[in-house]
Amino acid sequence: MRKFLSGPWVLLLPTLIILTCVVLLPLLLSLWTSFTPFKLTKPDTLYRFVGFRNYERLIGDIDFWVAFGRTVLFLAIALNLELVFGLGIALLINKITYGQRTLRTLMMFPMMFSPILVGFQWKYIFNDNIGLLNNFLREFGVIQPIPWLVDGVLANISIMAAEIWSSTSVFAILLLAGLLGIPKDPLEAARVDGCNSWQVFKNITLPFLMPFVFIAMTIRSLDVARAYDIVQMMTGGGPAKRTELLWTLISRTGYVDAKMGMANAMSYISIFLSIAFTFFFFYKLMQSRQQLSYE
Amino acid sequence: MSKKQFQNILIWTSAIILIILIMTPGLWVVLTAFRPQVDVMAKPPVWIPRNLSFNQFETMLFGGSEGSMGRSPVPVLSYLYNSIVISFTSTFVAVLVGTIGGYGFARHNFKFKNGYFLMIMLTRTIPGISLSLPIFILFSKIGIIDTHFGIILVFVALNIPFTVWLTDGFFRQIPRAMSEVAMTDGCTKLQAFWHIELPLSKSGIASAGIFAFLISWNEYALVSNLARSTDSKTLTVGLMDFTAQFTINWPGMCALAVFIIIPALILTFLVQKHLVSGLTFGGVKG
Repeated sequence: MRKFLSGPWVLLLPTLIILTCVVLLPLLLSLWTSFTPFKLTKPDTLYRFVGFRNYERLIGDIDFWVAFGRTVLFLAIALNLELVFGLGIALLINKITYGQRTLRTLMMFPMMFSPILVGFQWKYIFNDNIGLLNNFLREFGVIQPIPWLVDGVLANISIMAAEIWSSTSVFAILLLAGLLGIPKDPLEAARVDGCNSWQVFKNITLPFLMPFVFIAMTIRSLDVARAYDIVQMMTGGGPAKRTELLWTLISRTGYVDAKMGMANAMSYISIFLSIAFTFFFFYKLMQSRQQLSYE
Repeated sequence: MSKKQFQNILIWTSAIILIILIMTPGLWVVLTAFRPQVDVMAKPPVWIPRNLSFNQFETMLFGGSEGSMGRSPVPVLSYLYNSIVISFTSTFVAVLVGTIGGYGFARHNFKFKNGYFLMIMLTRTIPGISLSLPIFILFSKIGIIDTHFGIILVFVALNIPFTVWLTDGFFRQIPRAMSEVAMTDGCTKLQAFWHIELPLSKSGIASAGIFAFLISWNEYALVSNLARSTDSKTLTVGLMDFTAQFTINWPGMCALAVFIIIPALILTFLVQKHLVSGLTFGGVKG
């Protein structure tokens, strides 16, 4: 007993108990549910085992694969653009000496915003009738209102804009921290040796920034599913499912259609997707850290 | 004009465009909350508000007097109360539990330590909506759906991993020798922790607390399915409810959104220092 009290377990126990109760047990339940035809309206279906039937149906379900593909594509485009914009903003703020702190503080503004709030404000801006954007365009002679959230392609672009607005600052802040931490000596040495700005950036700044890029990616990949809130608020997956992401599909199947078994099968696939994203970037982070320490 | 001057103008122009892009959406929502409905709906648009009013806030709190739509008061005070209680309680508990856990990881070696650590982190990657399905079933069964307790419990679990990660990093930076010296001088282990290690990792714990609070305050996917009534609905859920319901009343909805924006604004300016150190620290030193 004494040994137990002075060991690590007494410290870790509260953490482990809470996570087991609130995450692990529910996940086991949802794994079981995904093998049943459980519907909220018929409680006893929870105890009927049907094997892989839900998963088999998912494999043949076009709607599911379209949503899945759109989610992956959406994440790939959004994360890359966020990285590029974030890098640009970080380089810009790094150049500014006067008022740098104020700018950095302003940069954090979107990070504090709830995704639901981000969705709301962009829904308002993109509103075809009274939205800021269409009113603004009207001043330049675009009298015919553009249906930002009604047209399928435009709706996807609008959602992407909201997503990028809310998450670019994570990249900007982290990359700026990286830029500020670059030792000055190699930069000056390179300049003396006659490197131009692009060569300095490519050969010194960028390799040094890589760990920061992957930290930002890892942190971001933890909460990619927050895009659910934005989509739910802006379009609810519509018009005609053209902005449906994996997460809105899960929510609709589970809560609106009450098909909990099927929704849980889908959500297992989404969990693996999230874990894969996180693992990939975390692995890259470890690799780039090792590279830095070798050099 | 010299090349240097040109460069400066370019930099400042981009900086100003950047600030406009960042600030406009939020400011526009806040401004709309104080504008009369007629102005918001006007065609051609009215850019400079002719008059500002608190009408929307009055309507929201006490019900509408305009009569046109027979608006009843929005239970915004219940939402606000729920948000405050749930966010503060879950932040406090998560930081308490997570800090103890982080200390355990930083100061002890045991079998499969990295495995446990990774497991704890991985719980954080599970999408909220996926986690909400089984928790919904479970909480309905044991009857804690639509209660503060249930939602706080979920938020605590949501916030523990990041707290463990951050505090573990900060504790590891403090040399063990410091508490060892204190213990040879007659301190107990607990006293050494309380008087030496805890104060030294204050800023790490502070940033963990800020993150936890923000995540709780902003969460939607989980709470929207676990909260069924004004007993436990938070501001984010309220905003969604009323956007779906009154698609016409933009200024009213903006007034509700202001309640969510204010803490975000205050936090931004209060804690920016902690935020950067917290974010970069765990990642870089790892």
